[in-house]
Amino acid sequence: MKIAVTGLNATDNPGPGVPVIRSILDSEEFKGEIIGLIYDSLEPGIYMKDIADRCYLIPYPSSGLDALFNRIVQIHEKEKIDLIIPTLDSELFGFIKIKEKLEEIGIKTFLPTFEQLNYRAKDKLFDFCTLHGIKVPKNILINSMQDMYSIPQKFDYPVVVKGIFYDAYIANNFEEAMSAFNKMRGKWGYPIIVQEYVKGTEFNVVALGDGTGNTTGAVAMRKLYITDKGKGWAGITIDDPVLLDISHKLIKGLRWKSGMELEYMKSAESGEYYLLEINPRFPAWVYLAPAAGQNLPYALVQLAFNKEVPNFTKFKVGTIFVRSSWDLITDISKFEEIAVKGEFKL
Amino acid sequence: MKKYHIPEYIAISDTGFLFLPSTGETFTLNQIGKDIFKMLQAGESDENIYEKITSDYDVERGVIERDFSDFILQLKSYSLIKAI
Repeated sequence: MKIAVTGLNATDNPGPGVPVIRSILDSEEFKGEIIGLIYDSLEPGIYMKDIADRCYLIPYPSSGLDALFNRIVQIHEKEKIDLIIPTLDSELFGFIKIKEKLEEIGIKTFLPTFEQLNYRAKDKLFDFCTLHGIKVPKNILINSMQDMYSIPQKFDYPVVVKGIFYDAYIANNFEEAMSAFNKMRGKWGYPIIVQEYVKGTEFNVVALGDGTGNTTGAVAMRKLYITDKGKGWAGITIDDPVLLDISHKLIKGLRWKSGMELEYMKSAESGEYYLLEINPRFPAWVYLAPAAGQNLPYALVQLAFNKEVPNFTKFKVGTIFVRSSWDLITDISKFEEIAVKGEFKL
Repeated sequence: MKKYHIPEYIAISDTGFLFLPSTGETFTLNQIGKDIFKMLQAGESDENIYEKITSDYDVERGVIERDFSDFILQLKSYSLIKAI
């Protein structure tokens, strides 16, 4: 079996590709090879031992779907790929769009539908959660500079200013909100989301939905160390049935198909959980799940091949991950291989 | 005489390391903190704890009563204990 995985950018803003591969390789049942699909010759996962058997450059999503599909066909002719697991938010739309064409040439995927992807989008989340009785911070969509002036009538400061795909800034006054707005507008475009700031502690859940409304598995975690980019650099699995119940409810409501990360804030004032975001793919800390007893990435592989996967019902509480920074050494000829030929074997 | 309840899911190791599984928070207690916490877990009353501590340590009753009260307040603030 050959599984192709994207997101090998294990940088200070890490992609989930490397931990997804590690999880699959950890499964005793897995007998096969891993193909890395990369966007840049310096994605660190390329140079890690025992991660990808071979890597191939693919075009950025902005190059268009034809370019992406044609490149995958080229790689497929050599490799005979059985399954592709895209792990980055920005490429999901494209892969969902070409999933039927991939299926026709014998490549499986396990992805959400457009409708599911849309419901969890930052600009739709409020309505979806309200409908399903899940608490979510109040928000407004900003589609012009004029909209920014409505903040003081709707919220008290501080507020959170968020880009449609990535980035979030806490703004303590109108000037800070405008500065964040200008950064977001330049980087991600409209709409920009201005959200009520809920003071409290952040908790995260990694989960896998099988597409019928059933949760195959879910592991809850609290970040122990957060970088200046807001990325969890260490975390611990926790036992909170309330958090898992809300997550199951969400997966049921969305009939979510694929891996996901749910981000919550537990209000310091009321002790209630507010859903901040749904990320439509496994997070970069997903390797904590198999370490705690739920190999969710490998379960996704099994689901993609229509195998029966019993639900995970427990995980080991108190399992900790600590991320590290590690220099990988390689020769210029290896870099040349990937940069010139677009193919690489360590 | 007062008694306190420590939820069953709160575990303390022999080194005084305390883990709250619902939030992932960890705490480290010193020797006397660990002794008191274990007595609270065993359901001992505050009176019994004062007696035990004054006999095991060189400390006056008034001092231990005041420090015990501070310690209980701290445990309550972290949701590690409830008065019963």
